[in-house]
Amino acid sequence: MPADALTPLLLTLKVAALATLLATAGGVLCARLLGRTRSIARDLGESLLTLPLVLPPTVLGYYLLVLLGRNGVIGAWLLEHFGVTLIFTWQGAVIAAAIAAFPLILRAARAAFGDVDSSLEQAARTLGLRESAVFFRITLPLAWRGVVAGALLAFARAMGEFGATLMVAGSLPGRTQTLALAIYDAVAAGDDARAATLVWISIGVAVVALVAAAQLLRRGAPQ
Amino acid sequence: MPLNHMPLLRRCAMIALALACGGAGAAEVTVSAAASLSNAFTELGRAYEAHHPADTIVFNFAASDLLLRQIEQGAPADVFASADEVTMDRAAAAKLIDAATRRPFATNALVLIVGAGTNAPGTLRDLEDKAYARIAIGNPDSVPAGRYARQALSDAGLWDALQARLVPAQNVRQALDYVARGEAQAGFVYATDAALQKDKVQVALTVPTAAAVSYPIAVTKATRQAQAARAFVAFVVSAEGQSVLKSHGFSAASP
Repeated sequence: MPADALTPLLLTLKVAALATLLATAGGVLCARLLGRTRSIARDLGESLLTLPLVLPPTVLGYYLLVLLGRNGVIGAWLLEHFGVTLIFTWQGAVIAAAIAAFPLILRAARAAFGDVDSSLEQAARTLGLRESAVFFRITLPLAWRGVVAGALLAFARAMGEFGATLMVAGSLPGRTQTLALAIYDAVAAGDDARAATLVWISIGVAVVALVAAAQLLRRGAPQ
Repeated sequence: MPLNHMPLLRRCAMIALALACGGAGAAEVTVSAAASLSNAFTELGRAYEAHHPADTIVFNFAASDLLLRQIEQGAPADVFASADEVTMDRAAAAKLIDAATRRPFATNALVLIVGAGTNAPGTLRDLEDKAYARIAIGNPDSVPAGRYARQALSDAGLWDALQARLVPAQNVRQALDYVARGEAQAGFVYATDAALQKDKVQVALTVPTAAAVSYPIAVTKATRQAQAARAFVAFVVSAEGQSVLKSHGFSAASP
């Protein structure tokens, strides 16, 4: 593999992995908060939280730029109190990818929690387990396959994130230029050989990740 | 129940047919133009359509190199307007344009901009000051404004020194946006771009370029609307077209 293809690959893996972690934590938490019962208010909440998936990534990128930018509400606060800037950094790319991937986890986790037999949770409660313990010791272990499937989709989405990442993190070679951005730049610059190399690397990573996840899920399947 | 739907279906079919027939004699001209031309050309397009009510002008604005790539791959562009002669030379070498229709139609100036109300560098060398932590520049690999800027910085012996602080943009308008939002402390754009964000950016200096910032236009070889495409090119270089360009800050093409 050419050295100049390794940098975007490692960066992409780092950004996608961290984004998936963030999105999974947030998605599982929100799915838990939304609960298993359905109501108009909860459906509305879920719909709002799904917006990042439905809106064009550029809309997401625009709002992130406005919020996290130097003059944005969050960006100005971060800069003033911590001296942190997220724009043009790989951390900014992680946030963009995490938000883009978040709805996939949320939906998968909510469906998985809904499928857990509620009598098991009730039994745990009657035996004196606290709500948090019921969730971590009963609900989550029973629903983990659905959550992992969601995390896998989130990872794929995070790896392919382009629009929002470009607007928030820019396309700085070696610093924020992920595979998706590097491919775009190579095509725009007429470097077909480089574009093709990066495309094959992307395909390779995606296939490896999908096969690994399929193996993992099969091994965890009830016999 | 299908019978109930028939009138609606028939109506739709008739509308579709009417639209298709209405197209006879009318031309839809797709113009792929450099991002820096977007405001001026949008107005030019409207003015052209006022003179040629049967024709419709459709614009595709992006970095010149990307437009060239699209045309190479068979994008149905009828007219190509790039922000430098280099890109048009490549289009000509690849036999993508009708060389007889090629002509320069405007010139522009490369400027160094900084956020409004911030310290303006007096010379390019002042950019070495750490205060200019991020410098927005069109990606020189695909954006003409970036190539002009790279040349100017190389000539000033600053290209290597500033490398780590450059933020490459996908097109010149993105570079403008980075400075306007304060995310980059300085940037290289065209004078016409800087004028669009007068309240947010200020021009520090006009950057001398080895080659003039000249915009060429040409009809593509693959066009199916050659007549209308030529008419549009003729309109761009006409007195009326030139006055529209001038009102957006472009200068006349150097002879």
